[in-house]
Amino acid sequence: MNRLTYIGLAIAAVFILTAIFAPLIATHDTTAQNLMVRYALPSATHWFGTDALGRDVFSRVVFGARISLEVGIIVVVVSAFIGIILGAVAGFYGGFVDKFLSGYIFNVFLAFPGLLLAIALVAFLGAGLGKLILALCIIGWVGYARVMRGQVLKVREYDFVQAARALGASNFRILFTHILPNAIQPLIVQASLGMAGAVLSEASLSFLGLGIPPPAPSWGTMIEEGRGFDILYNAPHVLFFPALAIALTVLAFNFIGDGLREYLDPKQRKR
Amino acid sequence: MNQNGNNLISIQNLLVHYDLGGGGLLDRITGGSKVRRVVKAVDGVSLDIKKGETLGLVGESGCGKSTLGKAILRLTEPTGGQVFYNGKDLAHLSQGAMRDERRNLQMIFQDPYASLNPRMTVGQIIGEPIRTFNLSNGGNIDAKVQDLMETVGLSRRFTKRYPHEFSGGQRQRIGIARALAVDPEFIVADEPISALDVSIQAQIMNLMEKLQTEKNLTYLFISHDLRAIRHVSDRVAVMYLGKIVELADAKTVYREPLMPYTKALISAVPVPDPQIEAKRTRIILKGDVPSPINPPSGCHFNTRCPYAISECKRIEPSLVEIKPKHYAACIRISPEHPHIEENEKAGLGRVGN
Repeated sequence: MNRLTYIGLAIAAVFILTAIFAPLIATHDTTAQNLMVRYALPSATHWFGTDALGRDVFSRVVFGARISLEVGIIVVVVSAFIGIILGAVAGFYGGFVDKFLSGYIFNVFLAFPGLLLAIALVAFLGAGLGKLILALCIIGWVGYARVMRGQVLKVREYDFVQAARALGASNFRILFTHILPNAIQPLIVQASLGMAGAVLSEASLSFLGLGIPPPAPSWGTMIEEGRGFDILYNAPHVLFFPALAIALTVLAFNFIGDGLREYLDPKQRKR
Repeated sequence: MNQNGNNLISIQNLLVHYDLGGGGLLDRITGGSKVRRVVKAVDGVSLDIKKGETLGLVGESGCGKSTLGKAILRLTEPTGGQVFYNGKDLAHLSQGAMRDERRNLQMIFQDPYASLNPRMTVGQIIGEPIRTFNLSNGGNIDAKVQDLMETVGLSRRFTKRYPHEFSGGQRQRIGIARALAVDPEFIVADEPISALDVSIQAQIMNLMEKLQTEKNLTYLFISHDLRAIRHVSDRVAVMYLGKIVELADAKTVYREPLMPYTKALISAVPVPDPQIEAKRTRIILKGDVPSPINPPSGCHFNTRCPYAISECKRIEPSLVEIKPKHYAACIRISPEHPHIEENEKAGLGRVGN
């Protein structure tokens, strides 16, 4: 593992701990308005300043981590689960099953530009945390399915899989004890990159007003609120801190993903 | 090793063909293959394996010998023919019924590095077949696994170790222990020694012979190593491009081969005496093995055979008993005229089939 991976792990740890202990870290109520101190610059009371309604930006960024983490984890777990199962089934059974799954289902989902499909889905379903997660899962699972299918196609040809078949192991046993544990590694990389993707997509959709409705402190919503020339000129902190949080989080998970890719690549690792 | 004439496995006209497509309308338009391309990996093999014997199967790389071994055990689906075992046709059993038969039919694999799941301990690997067939339970499994390890010459203490902690020879022993775990009757050994050092090869062959006597096993021993085959086999089948071309007792095949292909194959074995080696004449075949995709018509060997005549391109020779218990597939030899060189000198063309 290189230095960037450790930096990524450190930032991710801060992010996750912040999300978990948000109520202890936040200095103010995230939705408490104080119109007397609108657009206040960072100070001892408001570390990251305040926004248009006088809400504490620091506390909102801290609680925003919760939303991002929640969206990220649920989206990654659900879409990885669906993708792994469908990809494994397509790769393992091959033939007609594979033709149908990867030919008709995977390719159709891959053909849509992800975020556009998510926007369309959210526009159709309506805003809200649950619907946003559903939309991101719908666009996210196919990436795992594709990687998993390729992995299973490779691993199922290994001699030990044939050996298991020769020993009378059932398809279920072959798939779950012999193929999956040997096929899953690249999916770990995919998941950590998917985490970054989900955080970014949530922010993008919220920025467009299609994600989590205000006053919930989503980083994307906060950026949207800090948009506009006078605000940027007079109170850049409103936009800067949530944007920094997004950038650091995405960067951290991308570093982790790259590091894992290198670490798990057998060619770069001495046994 | 006893040969009571009792067939354990009887293979009838077994086919393994892979259709690569081509020859369709769309292929013509898109510039694909103009003819239908079919890989005939195993092309009509009939073979009896006697109880308690070791049948050696030799041939060059890509001649279909591994595919034949795997097709018998249905690890590759045969596209035609039958494999009789205990009165049942293995080639046409349902998947479930075939799984029950696997208790008696096992396999030892070529690559001892690839054939063991790297994420399972040796104890789990050897215990897996015991668990799948519910042959034992709980602590009995561990005891049985340890006994098996001892049988194949591994220490009982190694059960918790992972495959990568073992050498190639030790791993092959693990593979053998795994195959023995269900007390099988028949084992397909698919090039079990090709991936090993010469000194280890001897150890593994001796282990296999010892186990054969102890447990009354029947082997189909697949190898391209002619010396190994001679060492372990009772009978030898020679395979060329998906077909059996000669079949006889191991000694006979090596001493007086009948088929031109077998002669060339045997002459390629180096003699470990430099003076004899320098003097002896070797039969060098022209060219390479033709592709098994649409192999040559007639006798598959006609493109490289020094004795090929025009009929060889038309007639597919069948395996005929030329001498007692010595079968060969060549139209230029017959029980009356078994020696192709003499037939050539006498100007005889087609005499058989």
